[in-house]
Amino acid sequence: MQRLKAVDVVVIGVGMVGSIVAKELATAGYRVVGLERGQPRFTVPEFQGPAIHDELRFDIRKALMQDNTREPMTFRNHASETALPIRRWESFLPGTGLGGSMVHWNGQTYRFQANDFELATWTRARYGRNFLDPEVTIQDWGVTYDELEPHYDRFEYLLGTSGKAGNLRGKIQPGGDPHESPRSREYPTPPQKEHFSGAMFRKAATNLGYHAFPQPSSNLSQPYTNTEGIKLNACVFCGFCERYACEHFAKSVPQTIILPVLLANANFELRTGCQVQRINLDSTKKQATGVTYIDAAGNEFEQPAALVITATFALNNVRMLLLSGIGKPYEPGTGKGVVGRNYAYQTMSSVASFFDDDVIVNPFMASGASGTLINDFAGDNFDHSGLGFVGGSFIGAVNTNGRPIQYHPVPPGTPAWGKDWKRAVMKHYNHTVMFSVHGSSVSTRRNYLDLDPTYRDAWGQPLLRMTFDFPQNDLKMADFVTGKAVEIGKAMGAKQVVGAPRKAPYTTTQYQTTHNTGGAVMGGDPQTSVVNRYLQSWDVPNVFVIGASAYPQNASWNPTGTLGALTYWSIDAIKNRYMRNPGRLVSA
Amino acid sequence: MNTKMTRRWFVGSVGAATVAPASALVATHAAGMGSTAPSAAPGAPSAAERPKVVYQFFSAAEAQFIEAACERLIPADESGAGALAAGVPRYLDRQLGGAWGAGERLYRSGPWMAGSPSQGYQLPFTPAEVFHNALRAITQDLSARGTRFDAMAADAQDAYLKSLEGGVTDLNGVTSGVFFSMLLGMTVEGFFSDPVYGGNRDMVAWRMIGFPGAYADYYEAIDRHGEKYDREPMSLGEDRHRHIHPDPNIPAKL
Repeated sequence: MQRLKAVDVVVIGVGMVGSIVAKELATAGYRVVGLERGQPRFTVPEFQGPAIHDELRFDIRKALMQDNTREPMTFRNHASETALPIRRWESFLPGTGLGGSMVHWNGQTYRFQANDFELATWTRARYGRNFLDPEVTIQDWGVTYDELEPHYDRFEYLLGTSGKAGNLRGKIQPGGDPHESPRSREYPTPPQKEHFSGAMFRKAATNLGYHAFPQPSSNLSQPYTNTEGIKLNACVFCGFCERYACEHFAKSVPQTIILPVLLANANFELRTGCQVQRINLDSTKKQATGVTYIDAAGNEFEQPAALVITATFALNNVRMLLLSGIGKPYEPGTGKGVVGRNYAYQTMSSVASFFDDDVIVNPFMASGASGTLINDFAGDNFDHSGLGFVGGSFIGAVNTNGRPIQYHPVPPGTPAWGKDWKRAVMKHYNHTVMFSVHGSSVSTRRNYLDLDPTYRDAWGQPLLRMTFDFPQNDLKMADFVTGKAVEIGKAMGAKQVVGAPRKAPYTTTQYQTTHNTGGAVMGGDPQTSVVNRYLQSWDVPNVFVIGASAYPQNASWNPTGTLGALTYWSIDAIKNRYMRNPGRLVSA
Repeated sequence: MNTKMTRRWFVGSVGAATVAPASALVATHAAGMGSTAPSAAPGAPSAAERPKVVYQFFSAAEAQFIEAACERLIPADESGAGALAAGVPRYLDRQLGGAWGAGERLYRSGPWMAGSPSQGYQLPFTPAEVFHNALRAITQDLSARGTRFDAMAADAQDAYLKSLEGGVTDLNGVTSGVFFSMLLGMTVEGFFSDPVYGGNRDMVAWRMIGFPGAYADYYEAIDRHGEKYDREPMSLGEDRHRHIHPDPNIPAKL
């Protein structure tokens, strides 16, 4: 093993979080090394068309995803089962390579609402102490919306997000989402054009008394120069966003919003093909000394650093802590321990509205985030008294693509193959509107992450083991909100409307979403959180863990906007307080 | 694009293909043209229009099954070509004979255990092994009954495929349902994927549903709500003369 020269900061993972924190610290004058396990890749030449518009390669074969032949994870629904490897990715898709998972996102860029950050307190106050199923372990985040607002704003202006404000400093704005928490200013760019399916949804939802608004999109509606001085283009609705990289410089990803500035900074060094094995601790186990990694040629290095920031995908952040012995692993039997606790997901349901031939939808004209939505049944925007669950879903006509291997909706009862199947595919492909019913996910005692006792990665390290099934709370929620969505489909005048509320058991064989959250959650109490409100490890204060791993439970919306806000919130505390006086930012 | 040009492209691609035993080629086509062959649906390819495939992965007997089975999964009908005319068997042959068949993007370390449905595929076999094992058992099974799949009537073929689909029959270590779902999944892939992979010949499947393929700019068109969008589809394998050059060995990584 070769011991390298010490640096100020080592950042594990150069995706969205890693690029932002590295840029902030390098600009402040610190020597920063970014360790990326995947390859360097850029809009030109790697992301260019037409090769990037290959459904088989990117959708089906998952060309941009974490190399599961070397580094998969194991899964079981319940602790009584033996976890087995997820041998092919399907249910969720962590990315790999420079830019991380954000490279293949859809660009849906939300804020959570103020009460999401104080969900336990809020729920008890509104519905009483005994409202929740005792299995549910939701808790407050330790940070408030008001504290995060400037950081949400900063992140949106980095991305150039296209949207319409619904609440400007407390004043409700026509055309926006009236349920959103107050924002300090408008979105950087106006909403994207509305797809036909969105226009139909808007009309029906409005007639039913709901509040339709344009989905906030980081596939930009117009050219934009961001806060780092980088220029982005307008999206042309090619319909190849999620699972693909954008060829047009129109989707906000590290390559188009921050990497050009970071990579030009002499204080930053990018090393790709570097697989971090663990964060090293000194003999007290209370101080990190750096990291050990293995490069693509198999050589092992020790990189000493005064500060370690783990900025990998949520699940990999949790695994990094477990492999490094940082924090006490969660034990579901006793409820003790914190690392791996409160793993949550997203409860995805859908509604298909089938029309006759005269309604031509053109599903292939799409951006990943140009839908039309309502938040009337999201979060706590409706009275849950007597419903027996917390949380909710946004409902929206979110037409992200018409890529036909995956997208060929047929009504229930259609055979899976043969002439009737083919006839149904031909008949419905261009005459169907799909709604996303995008639901929250509570944390529970039984859903958690730990290390697998049997299966190993290519470097000989234990795989992450996921134990997860949908909580009753979320199944009830999915059922209720999907019913509301079906009513909207009927109000659109569809010939047949089919609701598909999410059902148990959770399966790894069907794509749902890559919104994996928790396992290294933030909070005010070291007994129930891994990191403090600044995402600093309670146990090893010179380690920060920044990712959706910090979410104590997941809200009704896509998690990336909130992760961007938390990243700026955390890096501000690191830069302005921690680096000046290293130590605990919150006393335990 | 006209069909004439497409045929020329197709013949050219066969000429460039790797040499396979002549017997395989002959046997395959003889089977397709047999009087008992079931493909009499409207739009079914005549023998002359049928893609000539030099099989590299499938044996002659396997190819007979695959050609006939794919055509039952996605049959030719009044809307247009089925899997056979679209070149799906060739797609399967090239994928199974290439990196995908060898286990590309499949985690292959043991120990091996049967899991719950939620845990997904847990067999030690590569896709190539799944197909060879299952097809060997199927051929033997039908042979014991004194028949061949491609010689059966369409209804009987459908019934046999249904028995595989719902079945738990062991096909040399592969449950028939697992084999069937892989066969169906790859047939749909071959039908709808870019023709660069050898299926979706002349973009027939895309034309049938109105998908413009790799084309990528709808900035103006998206405002024309409810209007049918008519545009020649585009393949990522086409040159500036709009010839499509199949190249199925695209890695499943960037």
